[in-house]
Amino acid sequence: MSVTSAHNAKPLYRFDCTRRLVARLRNDEAVIGGIGHSNFDLWAAGHRPQNFYMLGSMGLAVPLALGVALAQPRRKVFALEGDGSLLMQLGCLATVASLAPKNLAILILDNGSYQITGGQRTPASGGADYVAIARACGLANASWAADEADFERLVETCLATDGPHVIGLKLDDQPPAGQTERDPVQIRDRFMRGMGAKRSALPG
Amino acid sequence: MAQAWHEVAVAVMKANEIRLVPYVPDNVLKPLINAIHADPFFTAFTTAREEEAVGIVAGAAMAGTRGMVLMQTSGFATLANVLASLPVAYQIPVLMMVSERGTLGEFNLGQAAVWRTMRPTLESLAMPWQVITRLDECEFIMDRTIRQALLTQQPAALILSPLLTGGKASPVKAGG
Repeated sequence: MSVTSAHNAKPLYRFDCTRRLVARLRNDEAVIGGIGHSNFDLWAAGHRPQNFYMLGSMGLAVPLALGVALAQPRRKVFALEGDGSLLMQLGCLATVASLAPKNLAILILDNGSYQITGGQRTPASGGADYVAIARACGLANASWAADEADFERLVETCLATDGPHVIGLKLDDQPPAGQTERDPVQIRDRFMRGMGAKRSALPG
Repeated sequence: MAQAWHEVAVAVMKANEIRLVPYVPDNVLKPLINAIHADPFFTAFTTAREEEAVGIVAGAAMAGTRGMVLMQTSGFATLANVLASLPVAYQIPVLMMVSERGTLGEFNLGQAAVWRTMRPTLESLAMPWQVITRLDECEFIMDRTIRQALLTQQPAALILSPLLTGGKASPVKAGG
């Protein structure tokens, strides 16, 4: 288990990490991209039917992923949530800890700022440690990724072992590599097909 | 003897395969919450906020499991943004059951004040909603509202009036 503390973690590039995550998915794992640049980089990493891009409802990436995980216990589900977003719904970590879904992994994308609105610092700039918060909520498998190789190792642990898992990523301030097509109904339809929850004769 | 409203609710939820029930508790909903916890058909648990429960039910709905969020009026008042941007925008049938506080003998001014926001919020979201006031209409309204929401891919709210549930009576007399 990684013992990297928040201040020792290497600042990572969100798009690079998102690509590394997606490249390791081999079993139609679901990925829920939270509001803003979290889902932009998921989109830029290449659309897959098992991706969901959240265009509003700030803070609900983890609850959405939890709902998917409860509905389909045999499918691994990843939530990509920004630090500002998580701050809006910190209570969800306690909910995840109580339900303890084995198939859920939460990636906390921590750049310390609201990048999409101009980079204002979050109210956690006093030093809040999201991995420590997750552990204190009862999520024992929570670690900061020390660097890219450590991140890949932690993702592999999420895929190979029972969760719930939490990976914290300290990020640099590079902008996202793309912009999601903002068509909620199309996103929902594709995702339901990707989850095997909808069949349709319509192409798509 | 006629079923109580909460027994009707359990039967209608089971008939419509509504299995996932995250909630923020409410005194009036207690018999329904107890019944759902006692029945292995359901997965029921509390959430820290109503928004979280909406997210969970939305995620489950997209992955093939139906759910309903239970809350009281003040909880509904926290939801405008997430309802507009998630189930309304994406057309996801998130079902909600709201125990109506703030009217017909409310003793808490805060509840009475927030009650006034519920119908305008539902109307402005253009979300289907029904108020249930009578036991003899309870099954029909619940069942048809749920079925319509599922068939039309829309969220919907069922509001349980104190006329149906008895509401929460004042612990003290006026002026007492």
